[in-house]
Amino acid sequence: MTDQSSVLRLEGVVKTFPGVRALDGVSFDLRPGEVHALMGENGAGKSTLMKVLGGIYDPDEGQIHVAGEPVEITSPMQAKARGVVFIHQELSLADELSVAENIWLGELPLKSFGRVDWGKLYADTDAILKTLNVSFDARTRVGDLSIANQQMVEIARALTVDPRAVIFDEPTASLTDAEKVVLFKVIADLQSRGVGIIYISHRMEEIFKITDRISVLRDGQYRGTLNTAETDEEAVTQLMIGRKLDLSRNESHHEMGDIALEVRGLSCGHLFRDVSFTVRRGEVVGFYGLVGAGRTEIAETIFGLRDPSEGQILLGGQEVRIHSPIEAIARGISLVPEDRKGQGLVLGMNCRDNMTLPQVDDLTAGPFVSDGAEISIFDQYRDKLDIRTPGWRQTVGNLSGGNQQKIVIGKWLSMRPEVLIVDEPTRGIDVGSKSEIHNLIRDLAAQGYAVIVISSEMPEVLHVSDRIVAMFSGRVMRTFTSDEVTEDSLIQAISGLQSDKVA
Amino acid sequence: MTPEKRKDLLKQGAIWGFIVLELAFFSIAGQFLSVTDTVFLSVDNMLLLLQQSAPIGIIALGMTIVMINGNIDLSVGATFALAAIVMLDSMTWPFMQALGDWAIPLSWCFALLTGVVLGAINGLIVWKTGVDAFIVTLGSMLGFRGLVFAYNGEQPTSHLNWTLIDFAEAQFLGLNTASWFLLGAALLLWLLMTRTVHGRNAYAIGNNRDAAVNAGIKVGPHFLWNFMLIGFLAALSGIVFSSGTGSVNPNDGMLYELWAITAVVLGGTKLAGGYGSIVSTLGGVIAIQLLRKGLGYVGAGTETVNLVIGLILIAVLFLDRQLNRKGKEELKT
Amino acid sequence: MAELTKKGIGGFLARQGILVAFVLFMVGFALANQRFIAIDNIFGVIRSSAILGVMALGVTFVVIGGNLDLSVGSMMSFSTIVVLDLHDTLGPTLAIPAMFGLTLALGAFIGFLVGYLKLNSLIVTLGMLSAIHGLTLTWSGGQNMDIADKQGTWFSVFGQGSIAGVPMPIIIFGLLAVVLGLVLSKTPFGRKIYAVGGNGQAATFSGIPRARVVFFTYLISAFCVATAGLLQASRSLGSQNTVGQGYELEVLAMVILGGASLLGGSGTIVKTVIGVLIFGFIENGLLLVGLEFYVQDVVIWLVIILAVWLDIAAKRGRLWSPIA
Repeated sequence: MTDQSSVLRLEGVVKTFPGVRALDGVSFDLRPGEVHALMGENGAGKSTLMKVLGGIYDPDEGQIHVAGEPVEITSPMQAKARGVVFIHQELSLADELSVAENIWLGELPLKSFGRVDWGKLYADTDAILKTLNVSFDARTRVGDLSIANQQMVEIARALTVDPRAVIFDEPTASLTDAEKVVLFKVIADLQSRGVGIIYISHRMEEIFKITDRISVLRDGQYRGTLNTAETDEEAVTQLMIGRKLDLSRNESHHEMGDIALEVRGLSCGHLFRDVSFTVRRGEVVGFYGLVGAGRTEIAETIFGLRDPSEGQILLGGQEVRIHSPIEAIARGISLVPEDRKGQGLVLGMNCRDNMTLPQVDDLTAGPFVSDGAEISIFDQYRDKLDIRTPGWRQTVGNLSGGNQQKIVIGKWLSMRPEVLIVDEPTRGIDVGSKSEIHNLIRDLAAQGYAVIVISSEMPEVLHVSDRIVAMFSGRVMRTFTSDEVTEDSLIQAISGLQSDKVA
Repeated sequence: MTPEKRKDLLKQGAIWGFIVLELAFFSIAGQFLSVTDTVFLSVDNMLLLLQQSAPIGIIALGMTIVMINGNIDLSVGATFALAAIVMLDSMTWPFMQALGDWAIPLSWCFALLTGVVLGAINGLIVWKTGVDAFIVTLGSMLGFRGLVFAYNGEQPTSHLNWTLIDFAEAQFLGLNTASWFLLGAALLLWLLMTRTVHGRNAYAIGNNRDAAVNAGIKVGPHFLWNFMLIGFLAALSGIVFSSGTGSVNPNDGMLYELWAITAVVLGGTKLAGGYGSIVSTLGGVIAIQLLRKGLGYVGAGTETVNLVIGLILIAVLFLDRQLNRKGKEELKT
Repeated sequence: MAELTKKGIGGFLARQGILVAFVLFMVGFALANQRFIAIDNIFGVIRSSAILGVMALGVTFVVIGGNLDLSVGSMMSFSTIVVLDLHDTLGPTLAIPAMFGLTLALGAFIGFLVGYLKLNSLIVTLGMLSAIHGLTLTWSGGQNMDIADKQGTWFSVFGQGSIAGVPMPIIIFGLLAVVLGLVLSKTPFGRKIYAVGGNGQAATFSGIPRARVVFFTYLISAFCVATAGLLQASRSLGSQNTVGQGYELEVLAMVILGGASLLGGSGTIVKTVIGVLIFGFIENGLLLVGLEFYVQDVVIWLVIILAVWLDIAAKRGRLWSPIA
């Protein structure tokens, strides 16, 4: 392979953080006019690689070549100047400013006395927007645009230079199908101009639709590149996880008890509508669907964080109205939230205090918190969940993701709930801890807890659930038992495709 | 007109609507309650009002920029006093006295330089240490005030210069010198914030600092410039105030920071940064002064003025929050 | 190994920097002037710090809960004026509880606005600073307030009395510090304040009534302010309307000097007491070595910035800020 044939080439890039080798000799090349998918599980090193490319991290070893020349990239600005531009997943726009000002942020055209050359700014911007065929103009305030249009602004930003390589990071995460079509057209257009595209996504169907080649990272290592036309999902998955995708269902069924939680016709504005399901003691019910399907919102409603607009929640057969987490907890509902750092933990607090937080009122000796009672709870769940920490005084922020998650789970188990809801229990957690947490969830069910697991990962839902509720756009599409579920039917259900099998 | 535009217009116009309301209220209430025979809504009265708004107003303009940046400056009151002292005191220096009336512009330069230097100290600390501007300027509020006392102990600093007082009392096109300074500063800063790259970057930084950094905007020096600017304006305010009186107390300017922030917030600038306008701040300044004068006009004392301004500030905050609510299905956190 | 020790010392300095600075100051001043460590001098310093110190205890609660209270100075003027006025109309026995009741009502109002209505505490308390000043002026009619019979009242006991040679303000400050210190560090309520200030959303998700916790931090702050007002009134038996003006920021500076983060979730009563004492002893020490009173302001400015700077530098692992 000669240098001329690649717009961007990485050779043996190594990046280490204290205790972690985040990138371990990654090599990769991008040809002009190709769409190159970059895949890998969470934590495989994709985002680290992008930060190295963007000049946010300095690689410890290795070489980056742009258009055949070895370069050192020390800032996003420099990357952009060399024609390497990023379309970020979290939009990095200033929403009080106009489209034009956002696109030319940091490089507004100047007139005398530091004045902005508005005429040139708007003309240049409108020229770029025209090539993107969008419905808004340069003067629109970015905050007034839809998410999809904001993404278009991000893309327009890439076009202020003559881009050689454009990197899309999960661009379709919040787009509707119609908006995706527009995005793919823009990508095809860039492609035809000879720009190389790196496309990061988890969505297989998109990858197979628009990419030419697929490169896979696993645990910071480069695992190989495949030609999209010559491969299939299974081969890619195998590269990603190092073994065949474990789509094994949960086989162990234990004695089920009474219905612990029943939800009838529950709605909350436009977030979700007419949701009904039941959970028995000893049962794990998995909620599967895409991000934004309304699963988390259902959990939050049951936990008293949102007021339902319609419908009933029944606990042990009794209708209840829950207006706050305090009431939910008093009725035996626990929620391990989706956003561990934002909602699950007080990062600056120590392990013990985090774990006993919901019941600190009950752990008293006289007017004071009883140290002994707290430590014994902590010790009990540290052993039970195998939480690895030097001691209870350790600040939670210093623990690994898996151990942090176990602290949150321990926090709620120690409340001895009737119903345990876990939202994305293994997000951002390494493979080893993942299976531990899966086993833990099965154990809990075996002990008679009613468990709801919300997840966006199919293997996870298949693995832990006795029944699976598939959701699409705020509605329950179908409920499967673990015996009848197939991957195809599940994917169809969460994509909103009606099939004759719908109950 | 899109609903967003309408909402924006509502936000921008709110303070002026409030001013009109105040004018109407005091004009009508004045018919029944007035303690004097003068008319409230007279040209003279309004011009006087503008003049009286100047000292806090000029500071509030600078505060707007610092707050759009996402920072705050609590040290302006002390800077105000120190600059005023430097100006008055410098005119008594032997070589300055030898210059005759030429000492006046030179003394102004000294005062403005003092303000800029103090602002630069704040800015440098914020930039280099990364300590929050609230804490940095809280500290320098104490420290700068210490410098004020260091200058002349607890004695007032006075220097009578009739040329200076004549200048301060002068009128041009019906407007008093202080009013001209306020309006002039407002115009220049409005141009700065709406027309120049520096101004637009100020919004970008306050709005989304990471994005600004990634786009290569030099955030640290930008902060430094703005702190120097507000130091300059605090000093300018000190000059305008003390040129008229010819005397300054070491406690002068205390609580100015809080009044300036009140005016800026009334004008709709977001505390978190990224949103706000010079013109609206001018509105906020005028609204407060109008309230002071108006309440005085209908016979209410300082006590009522303080009470009303405080409650209005809270009410504005409450209304703003109600307008931005997302509805019933919102997450209750 | 050598590097490890160095890192250890550096880390210790950064974590306990304020304590180290305090000790250094004390030793330095003691060497410079023997009188500095004389017991009556120390009592004198603590006594004169007591009023601001009591207020700082309350503000510590508010700040750990993740909010600000800029109204304490103005509220303290209110308490002082009210108790002095009621002293002559109701008599001291009734005046004191009445003043506490009124001050707590103000605190409850602020707590309601910030806790339950979730309004920004900076602006709410800024507004209340002005509003309460208005209330005070209304109450006093703009006049200075004086007790008619200054000799014949037992009311002066709080500010001027002493028990076993220890001045009353010190006893009250100490007692309040111990009680509030225990509340903050040992009770479930204290734990909840840290949780709410550290991560309000996580606190809500853990079933902690965030609004109520914030509400109570303002009640505690108001209680401390009332106590400070009582001390002030009792010491001087007469007062201006603006006696507490500017105290809000000075008190906040003490709390921050003690190491509480403005972001909430960190700080302790012990550290705040150290912050208060540093303020007091720096002033006193500088005076004793013959420097003017205003030098303390400049020194405290530097100390505050250094303290906060070292604290965040230790957290981010580098001295200079990463701001470009």
